[in-house]
Amino acid sequence: MTIFIDILSALFLAGGAFFCLVGGIGLVRMPDFYTRMHGASVTETLGAGFMLIGLILQAGLTLVAVKLAMIGLLILFASPTATHALAKAALRSGLKPQLGKQPSDDEVTPSKP
Amino acid sequence: MVRSLTTLIGLFLFWLLLSGMFVPFLLAAGLGSAIAVVMFTRRLDIIAAEATPTYLNWFKFVAYCPWLIKEIMVAAWDVTKRILHPKMPISPTMVEFSPSQTTDTGLVIHANSITLTPGTISVEVERGRFLVHALSREGGASLAGSEMDSRCTSLERH
Amino acid sequence: MLAAATLALLVTVALALARAALGPTVFDRLQACSTVGTCAMLVLALLGFLGGRPEFLDIALVYGLLNVIGVIAVLKFFLHGDTNKAGAKSTSEDTPS
Repeated sequence: MTIFIDILSALFLAGGAFFCLVGGIGLVRMPDFYTRMHGASVTETLGAGFMLIGLILQAGLTLVAVKLAMIGLLILFASPTATHALAKAALRSGLKPQLGKQPSDDEVTPSKP
Repeated sequence: MVRSLTTLIGLFLFWLLLSGMFVPFLLAAGLGSAIAVVMFTRRLDIIAAEATPTYLNWFKFVAYCPWLIKEIMVAAWDVTKRILHPKMPISPTMVEFSPSQTTDTGLVIHANSITLTPGTISVEVERGRFLVHALSREGGASLAGSEMDSRCTSLERH
Repeated sequence: MLAAATLALLVTVALALARAALGPTVFDRLQACSTVGTCAMLVLALLGFLGGRPEFLDIALVYGLLNVIGVIAVLKFFLHGDTNKAGAKSTSEDTPS
């Protein structure tokens, strides 16, 4: 039973490591600021989440697991707020997003000053 | 007063969870700091109405969380494929639509869910107007009147 | 596996630092800082398990809180030139004393 939990935990840790790396690669590869945020959000949701689940599996039903869950909740509640604040501030300061190549009607330019 | 009391109890439970030691001195110190924080928040007049969350449908919220985690996984996998693809098939769009929530809690949950899902970021959030940046055209087109929108509306309780 | 995950996180931190060094705008650098903060949190949690000292989790929790507040504070400073101002964007360019 313990070996099964160990393998599951290792799988989750490997998944978390993979998604963290993907987020980092996205942060470097993407062409402009707004698209880079999407790359970073992969690190913050799936990367962090999988890694914390892997650690919780190793900790078992202890206070350590509760603290790990608290860290996870903190990331899930706080990181979207910081991301939203960054995106809003960037748009307000006049940073124009680079939009897709093919033109279409649903693109809007922000009307706020 | 009820809000102060719930805040006090919540803070003390938080202290107990973090310390994990049940020595009389540490218990007293925890209670003392919880009371001090409640007094500070009362003086600053920032005790939030969220301290007694009665206007959220908690049963539906519990059902909403697993659904949101599934959505996050699907979207993150999509973004991962786009990042690792040699040509990076992205088509960034800005989408404006009006959410159907009416309370602040519903709007905040909806906007947070949008930002939490990789591939979409809520840039401007107002009552009746969301401005969302999406990584792909398909992701942006599916936002208005989505399942997430209706689920967030059903979380509200007036 | 713990060591491998820590190594992957350190590589992610290096990538984020590259973006912080390259980033053309201040927002790119802030986003990179926020990613470094998230990775530092996870590295702290993993280090606690590697060394068998779960006390590191408390540090990770505090680091996460500081990370979010830090990003928002720096953001406010760059938008308004002042961390104390709420609301509308300031029009004057002068730095407050």
